[in-house]
Amino acid sequence: MQTRGCGHICGESSPGIGEAGKTGEWRDSYPLIDLRKCTPAKQNKPACFQCWLYCPDAVISKTIPVQVNLEYCKGCGICAEVCPVHAITMVAEETSCSS
Amino acid sequence: MIDKKSGSNSDIQILDGNRAAAIGAKLSRVQVIAAYPITPQTPVTEALSEFVERGELDAQYIAVESEHSALAVCTSASIAGARAFTATSSHGLAYMHEMLHWAAGTRLPLVLACVNRAIGAPWNVLNDQQDSISQRDTGWIQIYARNNQEILDSVIQAYKIAETVYVPVMICYDGYILSHTEMPVAIPLQQDVDRFLPQYRPHTILDSSNPKNYNLVTLANPRINAEGVLCHGYMELRYLLQEALQNSRETIRKVGQEFGELFGRSYTDLLWKEKMEDADIVIVAMGSLAMEAIVASKMLREEGYKTGVLGLRLFRPFPKADVLKALSKSRLVVIFDKNISYGSEGAVCSEIKAALYGSQVNAAIRNFIVGLGGRDVTAREMADAVKKSIASLTEGVPNKGYPEWICHI
Amino acid sequence: MEITGANAMGTNPSTNINKSLYEIRWHGRGGQGAITAAKIVAQAAFLEGYRGVTAAPSFGAERRGAPVSASTRISQEPVMVMSQVENPDVVVVLDQTLLKRDGVTSGLSTGGWLIVNSGVDPKELGVEGRFNIATADATRVCQELGLIVSGLIVVNTAILGAFIRATKAVSMPSVEKAIKGRFPKEAVEINLAAIARTYEMTKLEELRK
Ligand code: SF4
Ligand code: SF4
Repeated sequence: MQTRGCGHICGESSPGIGEAGKTGEWRDSYPLIDLRKCTPAKQNKPACFQCWLYCPDAVISKTIPVQVNLEYCKGCGICAEVCPVHAITMVAEETSCSS
Repeated sequence: MIDKKSGSNSDIQILDGNRAAAIGAKLSRVQVIAAYPITPQTPVTEALSEFVERGELDAQYIAVESEHSALAVCTSASIAGARAFTATSSHGLAYMHEMLHWAAGTRLPLVLACVNRAIGAPWNVLNDQQDSISQRDTGWIQIYARNNQEILDSVIQAYKIAETVYVPVMICYDGYILSHTEMPVAIPLQQDVDRFLPQYRPHTILDSSNPKNYNLVTLANPRINAEGVLCHGYMELRYLLQEALQNSRETIRKVGQEFGELFGRSYTDLLWKEKMEDADIVIVAMGSLAMEAIVASKMLREEGYKTGVLGLRLFRPFPKADVLKALSKSRLVVIFDKNISYGSEGAVCSEIKAALYGSQVNAAIRNFIVGLGGRDVTAREMADAVKKSIASLTEGVPNKGYPEWICHI
Repeated sequence: MEITGANAMGTNPSTNINKSLYEIRWHGRGGQGAITAAKIVAQAAFLEGYRGVTAAPSFGAERRGAPVSASTRISQEPVMVMSQVENPDVVVVLDQTLLKRDGVTSGLSTGGWLIVNSGVDPKELGVEGRFNIATADATRVCQELGLIVSGLIVVNTAILGAFIRATKAVSMPSVEKAIKGRFPKEAVEINLAAIARTYEMTKLEELRK
């Protein structure tokens, strides 16, 4: 293994999804968004986006409808917690440690 | 474990290094603890605050907002006559840098557990010895532990050493590799530790009925004080610190011997020697790496090489005479450093070279920088580096200018 | 320096380890307790008279749900090896979904044991190699017994049943003792029950010699 190829002389990277690896693998539950309740989807206009704002991994898009990138969503449940209309439910993944 | 003298059973528990350090401090009956949590030292502070909270340890646990303050609190406590303890790692130790000088300059017998961790940049929380090596010139005694038993035993011995020679002692042990790895540790009985470690007799006492100044401005030349006594200048006081460190070797040895007599684990030798009797190739390492080196040496012996291991327990004061004696039969010395003095070489390597200078020992020296930022160092890699060094002897170069690195560049 | 005195119990190890250094690697997810399992086995081995035992987590940050590993080393002599385990004699997988990751079975020695928390038969795991395989549905056992801590099924003790059954590296009484020494009183019984049940249901698939 030869690492000179990266060309850096200090520890550096560009901010981006996936800096910590595929964090989706850590998840024991995933957020399921009910678009019938979600405000931007319901009103078809940019609104609310609290989940986008609070997701610590920046994996929710500020789009209509909002979308979750499950490759990196680590299932923390913060989005479900902050959603003012309770549109998000956390659903258990099929791992051997989730109940 | 059977205590030879008393015949009583001391308790063997499976402990990680941090807990071993905390129990060592508790058994030493420390009176003041001030520490600021940092990975991987944090569990030491947690354990000690638990001991105090549960009433198992009669001490003041003083919460502080930084490592600089932690050591400032310990320094003040020590001046006031209390036995004080702190622990830190990496950036925390760097932040203490100024107070390390103050503590040593005031000749305060503090004990500090340094859980060795790499230092930024870039960010890293894993092990190497750059943090404590960077503080080698602050006037502290530095002892490196190879396993968790040595951590516990060394903390207890450290107080006796420090309070005899009035020089603070840093007990260094590898982060994660020891701090977070559990292994069997014999825990001495409190009554035996009490027999071993007498009460702290401070040379400085803050007492309002007999007011004193400590660390007043002390200029270059000796001066006559208010009582008409000719007092040391700055330089004389600094000379005394150096003299105390130089002479501390005998105390460290004696304390190690007494410890052995009482607890059955002797620390009379300032070095750990493994198969050194007939070795002409010597592997030198410090901390837990000195254990891995034993495995590497065993591999090499199986291949027919006459290797031995010299483990450094004491880095400050550097045991020059002991090292010289131990290396007297060697023809090749391979030094593994988990630190580097940038632009030069590994700190252990420099010390060994200096110890050998002008002596009869004419060994070739090779230096490898390994394990920085937690890079795993396997016995196989060490053995390969030794073989590479042996092969390089044909070049006839006794001493390469700069170290080699075991890494991917 | 060596730890003198034969061992804690004053007896010779009575179990199945016939190597000078026996290495176990544990794979789980943060919160499942792989590290605790590594420590319990180290403690049990020590109680059986092995003088050298170590238990270490994978170094660095640990995050709930993220793949983590841990290791246990067992020897008659104090353990000198401090580097990462490269060729384990046993790999224990606390979460079957981790099997698809690279590196879980890497280095597992020929004739060693792969022990997986899984409801399927060893043959149906889809893992190939020159090692023995054991499976047990520790998750189900824990669910039935209610071994659930803040939403996570804690399978670390249960899987020890499969570990003991397959490897015989440590005995049930020593594991019991280790657990009694480490866990609060109220937690002992349920954990021991989980181990016993998992022990019973473990399915073994031994490598044909
Ligand atoms: S807030 Fe947490 S659960 Fe929700 S999308 Fe982001 S990472 Fe996933
Ligand atoms: S917080 Fe809830 S309502 Fe708001 S955008 Fe997200 S899912 Fe929709």
